[in-house]
Amino acid sequence: MSIKQISVFLENKPGELSGMTSLLADSNIDIRALSLAETSDFGIARLIVKDIRRAAMVLSEANFVASTSEVLAFAVPDEPGGLNNLLNKFNEAEVNIEYMYAFLDAEDKDNAYMIFKVTDIEKSEQALVAEGLKPLTQEDIDKI
Amino acid sequence: MENYYQPEIECAPREEIEKLQSERLVAQVKRVYENVPYYKKKMDDHGVTPDDIKGIEDLHKLPFLSKADLRDAYPYGLLGKPLKECVRIQSTSGTTGKRVVAFYTQHDVDLWEECCARAIVAAGGSDESVCQVSYGYGLFTGGPGLNGGSHKVGCLTVPTSSGNTDRQIMFIQDLSATILCCTPSYAAYLGERMKEMGLTPDQIPLKSGIFGAEAWSEEMRQDIQKTLGIKAYDIYGLTELSGPGVAFECSAQSGMHINEDHFIAEIIDPDTGEVLPEGSTGELVFTAIDKEAFPMIRYRTRDICSLSREKCPCGRTHVKMSKPKGRSDDMLIIRGVNVFPSQIETVLLNQGYTSNYQIVVGRENNTDTFEVRVEMTPEMFTDNVGQIQELQKKLAAGLLSMLGIKAKVSLVAPKTIERSEGKAVRVIDTRKI
Repeated sequence: MSIKQISVFLENKPGELSGMTSLLADSNIDIRALSLAETSDFGIARLIVKDIRRAAMVLSEANFVASTSEVLAFAVPDEPGGLNNLLNKFNEAEVNIEYMYAFLDAEDKDNAYMIFKVTDIEKSEQALVAEGLKPLTQEDIDKI
Repeated sequence: MENYYQPEIECAPREEIEKLQSERLVAQVKRVYENVPYYKKKMDDHGVTPDDIKGIEDLHKLPFLSKADLRDAYPYGLLGKPLKECVRIQSTSGTTGKRVVAFYTQHDVDLWEECCARAIVAAGGSDESVCQVSYGYGLFTGGPGLNGGSHKVGCLTVPTSSGNTDRQIMFIQDLSATILCCTPSYAAYLGERMKEMGLTPDQIPLKSGIFGAEAWSEEMRQDIQKTLGIKAYDIYGLTELSGPGVAFECSAQSGMHINEDHFIAEIIDPDTGEVLPEGSTGELVFTAIDKEAFPMIRYRTRDICSLSREKCPCGRTHVKMSKPKGRSDDMLIIRGVNVFPSQIETVLLNQGYTSNYQIVVGRENNTDTFEVRVEMTPEMFTDNVGQIQELQKKLAAGLLSMLGIKAKVSLVAPKTIERSEGKAVRVIDTRKI
């Protein structure tokens, strides 16, 4: 039930990030969610996009180093304790989170959406489903 | 008062020096023609025989020798004496790259050490000096050369070799070392460290320093002199010609006297090979007229400088060379260590990178900065920051073990390192000398 994320290697210098976003804009690729991890000399942009295959293609044609990976997405009730309840379930399922980031849907006033990168995705997914959590599918994301 | 190690040679009248040079040159050319097939063929191809060489005025008739010849003839092709008469080799660094292996008979070692002894005495050395040699020992010529020179002068020689800065400082302070021999960047680093330890110049026993094996600026000299409270002397040499001591600075600090009883210097136009008049800037070419095992005839150093025969206030009569402006060769000297781009390439390729890389060398606070920029490959990329940092660390460790010095590793995006047509621009050296 995982969804696909695309990660892009960026040098830590002015214009690198906008170089990527203008490429995606020119190719009419919609970014649903974006998170940046940075070190002193490089960064990694992680994106959820519509049409990931095309995104991967245009990025690699423009000489960006990119790779796709599996992540889990959940709708989180937009209320105090919403995220905490979700993370407690991760805890109970003994799932380790490498990183996570959030995005919102303008149409959906009740939920926020969270993306999780976990260590062992299959095992994590089973454990989370056992705790009563159902990750969003690619179709769900595409509809947002 | 100026001191000399061999005043009768160092201050000899010009005519005497030139007479000696002519005699030695004629004999040397005859010797290599008869004993070294490589030279014989080179001279035959050039249409010149030993009979054509009657004195230094005929030097220009002889063919040049280049680093490419050294490579072609490696290891024994240029040997001027049977191996059983050779007692030593020295070598430039490079597990790959353009390694030079030079051979020495005992006579060659003695003349080399004598040259270094002249440099040490010019820097104020005597049998009462304590001379700390912080150049690397081993295949590198820096340590062995100055060590031998220091013995010849009769200094108490402290062979610390390079590295272990705190121990270096301990010996300088505890044994009251008066002369320090090392690379200028290491001298600057020692000075910085001693300053941090709260030592003022008057608490440091050093009186002079002999610094070479890498290019350094006048500003750097002033800095070192101020921090250590010493007079800093430049020294020049090449492994091909023996090592440090081919030329050395006197108290005038305005160029280095070439030991002309052993080496004849010429300045040529690097493009045409034409000998340029005195005072012109061009490529330095040396002929070793007294060396036996590894006799270099018109060896092109690739160093760019000029020569001056103006009278020197120190009293020495030997010609002076200016500080070389740069070497067109591809070997880099970074923090006193020889670095070949090909060594870096080896490490990169071993670790799965492409050969698209760049070496960026600069200088901050008198210490060389050294960065290797290499392109990230899709195969290596993961979305995990830690894993990429691991790759950087692994590469830095690989470079350290290959080169012996630390490099900053930067991973850059593919195709961002400029490609050039023909020879790649691998090195960006912004050091202002």
